[in-house]
Amino acid sequence: MKVILRNPGREVEIRGRRRVRELLAELHVLPETVLVIRGRDLLTIDEVVAEDDVVELRPVISGGGA
Amino acid sequence: MKCRKCGGRAVLELRRHNTALCGPDFVGFFRRHVLETVRRWRMFTRDEPVLVAVSGGKDSLALWDVLHDAGYRTIGLYLDLGIFDYSRASKARCEGFAAERGLELRVVAVADEAGAPIPAVRDATRRPTCSACGLSKRYLMNRAALDAGFPVVATGHNLDDEAATLFGSTLRWDESALARQTPVLEATHPKLVRRVKPLFRMSERETAAYAFVRGIDYIVEECPFARGATSIAHKEVLNRLEDTSPGSKAMFLQGFLERARGLFQARETVTLAECVRCGQVTTGEVCAFCKLRDQVTRATRPSRPAPAAEAHPLDLPGTRGLIADLHAASEIHAP
Repeated sequence: MKVILRNPGREVEIRGRRRVRELLAELHVLPETVLVIRGRDLLTIDEVVAEDDVVELRPVISGGGA
Repeated sequence: MKCRKCGGRAVLELRRHNTALCGPDFVGFFRRHVLETVRRWRMFTRDEPVLVAVSGGKDSLALWDVLHDAGYRTIGLYLDLGIFDYSRASKARCEGFAAERGLELRVVAVADEAGAPIPAVRDATRRPTCSACGLSKRYLMNRAALDAGFPVVATGHNLDDEAATLFGSTLRWDESALARQTPVLEATHPKLVRRVKPLFRMSERETAAYAFVRGIDYIVEECPFARGATSIAHKEVLNRLEDTSPGSKAMFLQGFLERARGLFQARETVTLAECVRCGQVTTGEVCAFCKLRDQVTRATRPSRPAPAAEAHPLDLPGTRGLIADLHAASEIHAP
């Protein structure tokens, strides 16, 4: 599967299928810090991402505000 | 995972609420929580027009969407920070959002008010960028609302923002900051406009999910100056706690607001005055924004031409430095 990450923008290829929970753990990403997006859908942590899927891990943390 | 309400496919698990919801039910859940916050904290009434400060990010646009959908009278305020492509892109998101819904958006450029865009302000003042930016935003938001007769400004600060601020203030035991931390900053002076944070109970992830489900086109890229910011490091710490113990962020903030803030507030005594230069509220004689603008003016002023070979009538021995000082002083006190 292709995983799109942001800030900085990059792509990671991962072989095989995974549950979202496992995918995030493998990439050391806390579930609370991203939306997992496949096409026009948000995925919950128990959903399975297939080998040929493209998913985006969109960060939700913004800041620096004072 | 199934939606706890309708049994359809869930799009978001809400661990701190021990539930999961589908898109439409999540939108309803989000809106109910925000509007309940507005009512419970008496942020504003149906009769009051609300100036919504928007940045082009998920939080402020989600807030504007909720308030507009609920029938509140809203106008957007975009502060153009002049941060290169980031500001151009974020302004375009705000303009697009307003145009799609037929809403009014007002734009104020920091460069017009401070004398330079935020990157140049940072260089001129040697303040941390987020500090110069925050100061400019608070000043310009208040002034824009006051000039246009708005009784209230709403900002998109969410649970993570507020919990991270509280965490930072607690680490420093900054009693003054702890006394001021509240989702409703009342107008304690005739020239201060009430400032409210209707999203303070919604997590950053919930707000992002709302914006996504609603199809709001928001800027995903973070501000280039936010990298390495302390507030982001504090958010990461809190998110680790949240991962282990869902609800930690909300308990931390809610507990403070309900049980601790009053103790700090009772000890805080601040005398407010009006800036002798601009008339806005300050605790001193000249407000921090006017001082910032002075620093920018001094730093961006073209260097003076080399002294003429001929002696000036006033160019007496020992007076050259004095004349330069008088020149600088007149600039500081100019209206």
